[in-house]
Amino acid sequence: MNADLVIRGGRVVDATGERRTDVAIADGVIVDVGDDLAGDRVLEADGCVVSPGFVDLHAHLRQPGKEDAETIATGARGAALGGFTAVVAMPNTDPCMDTAAVIREVLDLADGAACEVVPSAAITVGRAGEHLSPMAELAQLGVRMFTDDGTGVQDDRLMKRALEYSSGLAPFTDGASVTLAQHCEVDSLSEGGFMHEGAWSSKLGIPGQPAEAEDLMVMRDIALARATGARVHFQHLSTAGSVELVRRAKASGLPVTAEATTHHFTLTDAACAGYDPVFKVHPPLRTDTDVAAVKAGLIDGTIDAIATDHAPHTRHDKEKPFDQAPPGMLGLESALALALTELDLPLPQLIARMSWQPARIAGIDDRHGGPVAVGRPANLTVFDPAQVWTISGEAMASKSDNCPYEGREVRGRVRHTVTAGEAVVIDGEVQR
Amino acid sequence: MTNHLLSIEELGADGIREVLQLSHTFVEVSARAIPRVPALRGKTLAWLFYEDSTRTRLSFETAAKRLSADTMNFSVGSSSVNKGESLRDTVETISAMGVDCIVVRHGSSGVPWRIREWTDASVINAGDGWHQHPTQALLDCFTIEQRLGPLDGRHVAIVGDIKHSRVARSNVEAFTALGADVTLVGPRTLLPPSLDGWPCKVSHDLDAVVPSADVVYLLRMQNERMNEALVPSMREYSMGYGMTMERVGALADHALVMHPGPMNRGVEIAPEVADLDRAVMVDQVRNGVAVRMAVLYLLLGSGVELPVEGV
Repeated sequence: MNADLVIRGGRVVDATGERRTDVAIADGVIVDVGDDLAGDRVLEADGCVVSPGFVDLHAHLRQPGKEDAETIATGARGAALGGFTAVVAMPNTDPCMDTAAVIREVLDLADGAACEVVPSAAITVGRAGEHLSPMAELAQLGVRMFTDDGTGVQDDRLMKRALEYSSGLAPFTDGASVTLAQHCEVDSLSEGGFMHEGAWSSKLGIPGQPAEAEDLMVMRDIALARATGARVHFQHLSTAGSVELVRRAKASGLPVTAEATTHHFTLTDAACAGYDPVFKVHPPLRTDTDVAAVKAGLIDGTIDAIATDHAPHTRHDKEKPFDQAPPGMLGLESALALALTELDLPLPQLIARMSWQPARIAGIDDRHGGPVAVGRPANLTVFDPAQVWTISGEAMASKSDNCPYEGREVRGRVRHTVTAGEAVVIDGEVQR
Repeated sequence: MTNHLLSIEELGADGIREVLQLSHTFVEVSARAIPRVPALRGKTLAWLFYEDSTRTRLSFETAAKRLSADTMNFSVGSSSVNKGESLRDTVETISAMGVDCIVVRHGSSGVPWRIREWTDASVINAGDGWHQHPTQALLDCFTIEQRLGPLDGRHVAIVGDIKHSRVARSNVEAFTALGADVTLVGPRTLLPPSLDGWPCKVSHDLDAVVPSADVVYLLRMQNERMNEALVPSMREYSMGYGMTMERVGALADHALVMHPGPMNRGVEIAPEVADLDRAVMVDQVRNGVAVRMAVLYLLLGSGVELPVEGV
């Protein structure tokens, strides 16, 4: 069979192990693996790792509603440049992704994007925490993850109902299960706060968001997961306390999963000292102890996935005073390099946390994260783990440039990305 | 001194001493029949007050006039800011008019640091959120030293709502930089969540602190703190942390009572205490003008000979 595309000379790393082999692709599918393969187009992968495509469980693509900060097209371009073949789009758009119409609009806009854009949907209508969204109808459209991200579901009873209801959606999903993902934060403790509550917030005179606001909601949801048997995914864990709670919940056999963002294992609240809102994020950057705990959680597997929480904002919005500026930072194009540079993880484990583990949580492991084998959908990332480069927000594909790593030297860069059999990034240049 | 005055930490101990020393000159100028010198003639200062402030603004205004500077007021309430202009656009607009100095007060901590990045003018922080109020700290240091001599080795108790107080943050840094021991006194709910790295002691017992204090510095207690469940009632606050005549009785003879104003008589300070000779609030206000003259002169008057005598 004549291949459209051959990835030549790379070292394949997937859930089954490592080997040096070429990969041939035709019609969106891997058609051959072996030595000296030929095809219409060759992507050189000398010195590079070829892995199943990365999956980001957590990105804000801002469309519909805030197209001045990002669009699905520009966000997907950044994702592809970061090696992601799929991103889960958060539902805090305007209008919110809580109805079939908005989900359809997002799917339409995602058609032809540089990576697969998988819409999540809100747990509650308008993310207001009062009424359940039409989960079955949304699940029928392919939604597998529900979240009110940006805020947690505050009401205990409503959250319990949501878990109960969501665990009975199999008739609407061809048997697939759905996951409720929680932004863990008790509002009554963190309301009015703009950074981690601690030594730095005290010195800077900025109202704080205490760590226990996160710990308490993780604690509650673990209790609710135990009571209902439903799957709960914890988003962007940021505290030593919540990592330990998840560790114990997993040890007791509960079906909980967790993600951590790159910024929560690379930056601390000390970064807020200059009052630059580029370092304002939600949950906030925390202490050295928390950073160490998040890293340890990623290394020992307590935390299943590295997510970006990519959250573009216009320069205008990020030039507001610290307490008025919106929270969030760019993450898609720097995630791999930060993970490689900052995490003491062997490559297969690191890729697990960026690819097949998040793919399973997102419910898209039929097409992402699978082994590099004949017959599998061709969603692949080719990266040079040794390349050293300097991060620059301006140089990124995002419409915004609120990158907190400006000028940081990192190691590891995506060379090619193949999404659904198409080379969407070639030699670091995005193709669509 | 550098081009800006944003915090006591940035000013440093030497900077504080420089301001205090020069302030004596301006106390003398202020006492003249015509209290005006031409030191800042031709300089333009802009007031950029996003938060209401009568006393601080009037004090700066008086200081500027006595130095013969031109001033303009960017009145936030009635200006483009109300029409949605961004902070940066406002600052760049004012800067384009050629001002030499922007004096800013803002309800958000850190705003002067952002403004400094967007203008070539000198920036003076006249209060940012809960964070800093450096000229208040300088006038407080000046007032204490005027009455008691050097702060070095003195014991200052700062009492009340430390958590929300920019005055407290600046004063802790200033008093300790000059060698004083500082004790923060208040209920746990009104202290900053973490005091890691703060060079001071903490107490919840005002009566235990008063006898050894050379200065009791009271902070304003705001009604809204009760709504946030930080104290049960004003009555209970006064019982624990109000400066009563009884507590004044436990003070050393020389000890001062201070307050940055505006006072809540009957809450943090008993009405009769506020009128005692040892309560130096009027001195604080008076010295505030001279200290701000010193700050303005040091920031903007470089190269201009200060006409100390015979003007």
